[in-house]
Amino acid sequence: MSEYKGIRGTVWLKALTGQSAPLGGDPASVLTIDAPLGEDNARFLCVVPNPEGRFPCARHGEVGMEEAYTLATRVREVIHEDRDRLKRPIVAIVDVKSQAYGRREETAGIFLAGAAAADAYGSARLAGHPVIALIVGHAFSGAFLTHGYQANRLLAFDDDGVMIHAMHKAAAARITRRTVESLEELGKTIAPLSYNIRDYAKLGLLYKLLHVEHPENPSPAEIEGVQKELIAAIHDARNSPVDLRSRTTSSEALDMRKASIQTRRLLEAQWAEIRHEQ
Amino acid sequence: MSEQRNDTKFINRQSFIELNARERAEVLFDAGTSRELAGPFDRMESPWLAMQGVTPQADDGCVVMKGKISGQSTVVIALEGAFQGGSMGEVSGEKLAAALDLACADNEKGIRTNAVMLLETGGVRLQEANLGLASIAEIMASILVLRRHVPVICIIAGTVGCFGGMSLAAGLASYVVMTREARLGMNGPEVIEQTSGVDEFDSSDRALIWAIHGGEQRFAMGLADALVEDDAQQMVEAVQRFIAKGVPAVHRSSEVALYRSRIAALDPSRQWDPKELRAAWKAGAAPEVNQ
Repeated sequence: MSEYKGIRGTVWLKALTGQSAPLGGDPASVLTIDAPLGEDNARFLCVVPNPEGRFPCARHGEVGMEEAYTLATRVREVIHEDRDRLKRPIVAIVDVKSQAYGRREETAGIFLAGAAAADAYGSARLAGHPVIALIVGHAFSGAFLTHGYQANRLLAFDDDGVMIHAMHKAAAARITRRTVESLEELGKTIAPLSYNIRDYAKLGLLYKLLHVEHPENPSPAEIEGVQKELIAAIHDARNSPVDLRSRTTSSEALDMRKASIQTRRLLEAQWAEIRHEQ
Repeated sequence: MSEQRNDTKFINRQSFIELNARERAEVLFDAGTSRELAGPFDRMESPWLAMQGVTPQADDGCVVMKGKISGQSTVVIALEGAFQGGSMGEVSGEKLAAALDLACADNEKGIRTNAVMLLETGGVRLQEANLGLASIAEIMASILVLRRHVPVICIIAGTVGCFGGMSLAAGLASYVVMTREARLGMNGPEVIEQTSGVDEFDSSDRALIWAIHGGEQRFAMGLADALVEDDAQQMVEAVQRFIAKGVPAVHRSSEVALYRSRIAALDPSRQWDPKELRAAWKAGAAPEVNQ
C-alpha cells in the first residue's frame, strides 16, 4: 500500500524517451513526447501534478477537464497525421491519483471530457495504432478510464507502489460499510477487491507484469528492459485484433472471469436462436 | 386550446420512471416483438456477492431485450437502479458489453441492429471493484465500434441517474435522452463533498445538485440531445426519432477542439452559475429540440 507521490510519470517519461522537454502549448499537467522506440517513433503521454494548474481540484495528479481534452487532442493528432501511413505506437504512461472531484468539473461536464479522451484512445486503437498503457504507479477509477484503459495492451510494474482500483481504500470501505482492515482481509480471498497488483494480475486483464527493482530511479538496464517489453507488446498488438478480447481470453481470465465467459456464450446462443425466428 | 390538450395528455400518460428496468425495456419495442435474452430464469448471477453476504439477483440487475423498434431490429439493455444502485458488476457489465458486440457483429454482416441503453447506475459495483471497472472499459470500447454502424441511444430517465465510470459510457453515446428527474455526472455530490470539502460541494443542497446534474440543465447546455416528460409514449417517440436520424456526422465525444476551447474560455477562479454555461455553450451547439 503506498501513497500517491506523482513522480513516477515524469521519471519514466524521461527514462523511456531520453528527453525532458514535452511538446509546447499544453497545460503543464500533460506531458507529450515523441521519441524512437525500436523501429518506431512513438508518442508518449502522461499526466502529472501541476500545483499551478487553473483548476483547483486538478492540481495534484488528478485527471481533470484540461488534462482529458489535452490527451484527446494529442492522441487525435497522431491519428490524423498517420491516416495514410504506418500507424505509430501510442504509449500512455499511467500514474494518476484520480479524476478531479470538483463542482466546476461537474458543472462543465467532466464526464464528457473523460469520454473524449477515451474516445481518442479507443479510436486510435481501432485505426490500427498499437496503444499501450504502462502502469508505473496509481491507476484509479475515472482517471484510468480516461487515460489508459482503452489500450490494446496493459503492462504494469510488479511493485507495491502500483495500484489499480475503482476507488481509494477509505472511501470504498465507508461505502461498503466495512473497516479498511476488513476490506484488506477480503481482498486476500476476493481478487477483484484487492489493491495488490499481483491480485489484479490474476484477473487476466494485464498483458504483462514487469519486474522493476527501482521504479522511481531506474537503472539504464531496467529502462532498456522496459523498452524491450514495450516493443514486444507493440509487435503483439499489431498482429492481433484491434478489440479488447485478449482481456477475456488470457489463461488467467479463463479462470477468474468464468462468469463473464458464460454470460457471453449464453447471450450469443440465444441471440442466434431468435434471429432465426425474427 | 392546445394547452388543454397537453394537460389531458399529461394526466393520461404512463409514467416511464415508475417502470422497472424490464418494463422500461419492453415498452420501447413495437408491440409483441421483444424477447429477453439471458433473463432471470437463466440465472446468470454475480459469483462475487454471496461470498460477501449480499444476496445476488437472477438477472444481476441488467435486462437485455431484442426485438423491433420502428420495424428495425434493435437491442435494448436496461440497468435496474433498484438492485445495488444499478452498479456494474462482472455479469451485468458483460451482458451490456456482449449485447453491444452482438449488435455490432450483425451490423457487420449487413443486418442493421440498433442499440438503446437505459442507464440508471452509480458506476462500478464496489463488491466487484476491479472487474466492474474493467467491464466499464470494455463497454466503452464496444460503444465506440457499434456507433460507427448505428446510433447508440442512451436514456437516463431517473431517478438513480448515471454516475461514475458509466457517465463516460453515456458520454460516448450517439444521443442522450433525459427527463427532468434524471441526473448525469461523473462524481456525485456526496463523493465530492467527502473528497474536496463542503465548501466545494454541499451535498445537502438539493437545488444546487439539480441545477448542475439535472436533465434540464444537461439538455440546455447541449450535453443531452432531448429532454422528455416522464411519459412512456414520449420516450418511445424520442427513441424512434433518433433511430430515424441515424449516426450523427460527428459524435459529441469527438468534438475535442470545440469543448477544449469552451473549457479554456471558463474562468476557474470562481464557481459558475450553471445557467451561465447554458448561455455560453448553447450558441455553438445544435441539439435536437423536443417538440
